[in-house]
Amino acid sequence: MAGVVRHRLFWPVVSLLALVVVNAAARPGFVRVTVRDGHLYGALVDILRQSAPLMMVALGMTLVIATRGIDLSVGAVMAVSGAVALTLIDRSADPGAVGTVLVAIAAGVGIGVVLGMWNGFLVTVLRVQPIVATLVLMLAGRGVALLVTGGFITTVTSPPLKFVASGYVFGLPFALWLSATAVAVVAVVQRRTALGLLTEAVGINPEASRLAGVRSRGIVFTAYVASGGLAGLAGILYSSNIMAADANAAGEFIELYAIVAVVLGRTSLLGGKFSIAGTAVGVLVIQTLQSTVLFLGVPSAQSPVFFAFVVAVVVLVQSPQLHRRLGRLSRRHRGPAPATAQQPARDMEVSA
Amino acid sequence: MKVKLLSGVATVAVLAMALTGCGGGSSSGGASGGGASEGGAGAAKTIKVGFAQTGSESGWRAANTKSMKEAFSKEKGFDLVFNAADNDPAAQIAAVRSFISQGVDAIVIAPIVSDGWDDVLKEAQSAKIPVILEDRTVSASEDLYAAWVGDDFKKEGETAGKWAAENLGTADTNMVVLEGTTGSAPANDRAEGFSSAIAGTKIKTVASQTGDFTRDGGKKVMEGFLQKFGADGIDLVFAHNDDMALGAIEAIEAAGAKPGTDIKIVSIDAVKDGMQALADGKINYIVECNPLLGDQAAELVKKVVAGQPVEKTTYAVDGAFDQEAAKAALPTRAY
Repeated sequence: MAGVVRHRLFWPVVSLLALVVVNAAARPGFVRVTVRDGHLYGALVDILRQSAPLMMVALGMTLVIATRGIDLSVGAVMAVSGAVALTLIDRSADPGAVGTVLVAIAAGVGIGVVLGMWNGFLVTVLRVQPIVATLVLMLAGRGVALLVTGGFITTVTSPPLKFVASGYVFGLPFALWLSATAVAVVAVVQRRTALGLLTEAVGINPEASRLAGVRSRGIVFTAYVASGGLAGLAGILYSSNIMAADANAAGEFIELYAIVAVVLGRTSLLGGKFSIAGTAVGVLVIQTLQSTVLFLGVPSAQSPVFFAFVVAVVVLVQSPQLHRRLGRLSRRHRGPAPATAQQPARDMEVSA
Repeated sequence: MKVKLLSGVATVAVLAMALTGCGGGSSSGGASGGGASEGGAGAAKTIKVGFAQTGSESGWRAANTKSMKEAFSKEKGFDLVFNAADNDPAAQIAAVRSFISQGVDAIVIAPIVSDGWDDVLKEAQSAKIPVILEDRTVSASEDLYAAWVGDDFKKEGETAGKWAAENLGTADTNMVVLEGTTGSAPANDRAEGFSSAIAGTKIKTVASQTGDFTRDGGKKVMEGFLQKFGADGIDLVFAHNDDMALGAIEAIEAAGAKPGTDIKIVSIDAVKDGMQALADGKINYIVECNPLLGDQAAELVKKVVAGQPVEKTTYAVDGAFDQEAAKAALPTRAY
C-alpha cells in the first residue's frame, strides 16, 4: 500500500479520479457510456477523443522539457500544418479521395517536422536559448498560416479527412487510437531503447553526459523534431475536427496547456527525469477539467478562475515539499506515528 | 520555475512589441499637422487617409479590409495608407502616431481594444487631424473623435431574439447559448439584445458558455451541452457568431441529431460558410453583421475633411436571412 502511495503517478491519478467522481456526483450521466450506431458514446468517450491534439503536443513537450528545453511554437506549428493540409485538399481536383487526404496529412506532418528541425537547429547549432528560439516561430508561425489561407478560414468537404477526428474504429474514436499509438510509440522508443536514458542524462547534466560520450546535440535536436512532427499531427486533428483551417484559433495557448499537463504528470521543468504515462494522465486531467466547467455550469466569466483554482490545488496536492511539511505537522499532533504523511493531503483533495 | 518561465515569455513579448513599435514613435508632439488645412480646400483634391486596421483575424475582417480598400481607392479620390496591427494594441497606437507624423488628412481606426486611446487621440486633435472610428468603439471622450460607423450589436441580438420569440416562443423551448469571447462588446450587446427580445416568452436558457467566437470552441461547448442534456433536451441554439454555429452543427450531427430540424439554430454574422449552412437547412436564421463599412466610412471622411457636420454615430445596414433568403442571396454575396 505504501508503495502505491509513494508511486510517482499516485497523486496525478488520484486527481483525475477525483475530478471524475465530482462530475459523476453532480450529474450521473457523466459516466454513462451507451452504444450508438455501433460505437461508444458518452462524456468520457468525448473527453478521450477531444484530448487527442493536446496529447500529441504534450508528448513532444515532455521530450523537449526532459532535455532542459521548452517548445513554445507548438500552437503556431499546428496552425501552419492545418493551413497547409487543408489548402492542399481545397485546391485539389478530388477533395474526397483518400489519396488526396493522405498526401495532405503527410504534407502537414512534414511541415511540422521541418519547423521542428528549425527549432532544433537554433537550439543545438546556434545555441539560442530554447525559450527564445521557439518564441520566434510562436510569433511568426501564425503569420505564415494566415498567409497560406489568405486570411480566411479555409473550409473543406472531405469524408476521409472528417474520419480522422470524428470516425470510429472498433467502437472507439479513431483520434483516440491515433493518440494512444503515439503514446505507445514514444514510450517504447524511449523506454525500450537507451534513448530515454540518454535524454534524461542530457537533461540532468549536459556537460557531464557529453564528457561521458553522449551525443547530446543529436538527442536534443531529435526532441525538437519529434515535438514539431507531433504538433503537425495535432494540427491535422484540430482541422479535421472542425473541417476547417482556422489560422488564428488553431492551437491557441496549447503550448501553455501542454506545459501544465507535463508538470501535472510529475516531469520537472528543470529537465532530466520524465514520465510519458504521467503526461498522458496530466492531459486527461486538463481535458476532464474543461468538461467539468460545462457540466457544473460554471459561468463563462468565472470559468478561468475555477480552472486556475483547481489546477493550483492539484499542483499543491502533488507537491512533495507540502507532503513532508504536513507529515511533520501531523506527527507533532499525534505523536510519532509513522506513515501518516499522506493523510492530511488526501483530506485536501476531497475539498477540491 | 513556471512563474519564471511565464515572466520570461512576457518580457520577450514586451520587447518584441517595443521593437515593432519603434517605427512611428518619433514625433509625438504633432508639430507636422499641415495636412489638415489643405484638405479643407475641397473634395476634388486627393484626400490622404491613414487606416489602422486591427489585423486579419477572421473572414469578417478580411471582407471589411477589402471594402475599406475599395472605398478609399485612388479612383474615388483617396490616397490610402493602410496598416494592419496584427491585433497588437501597442502596434496599432504606434501606427496612428506614424499617420500623425506623416500629416495625413484624416485617420480611420478600427480599435483593437477600447481603452488607452486618450493620449494618441489628443495628439491627433492638436495636429488638427480628424479621426473616424470604424467597427469597434473606444472608452475615450466623444469630443476626441469626429464620428463612429459600425454595426449595432444590440440590435443584431434583438433581431435574432425576435425571430426566436415569433417562431418558438409559444411552446416550451430549451435554449443553449454559445457566447462570444467573455467581456467583448459584441458578446455582451448581442446577449443583452437577445434576452430583451425573448423576455416573457416560453424560451428558457438552460445553459450558456463561451465558445470564444471559434469553430473549435463552439463544437467543444456544444458537445458538452449534448452530453449534459441529451439531444432531446435542447430545442434551440443561439450562437453569437456563425463560426460557433458551424462548430455546433458538427457536434449535433455527431450526436446523431439533425441540426436545423431536431435542434434549431439562430446565429449572427452571415459569413459565407454560415450562409451556405443556412441554405442547406442546417441553420434556421442568421442576422447579418455587415462588414462592408467602406462606403459609409469614406462618405464620413469626405464630409469631415470638408468641414461639414456629421452624425456622431452611424449604423451599418444589417439584413437578416431565413433559409429561402439565403438561397437567393448566396450567388451574389460579396463575402
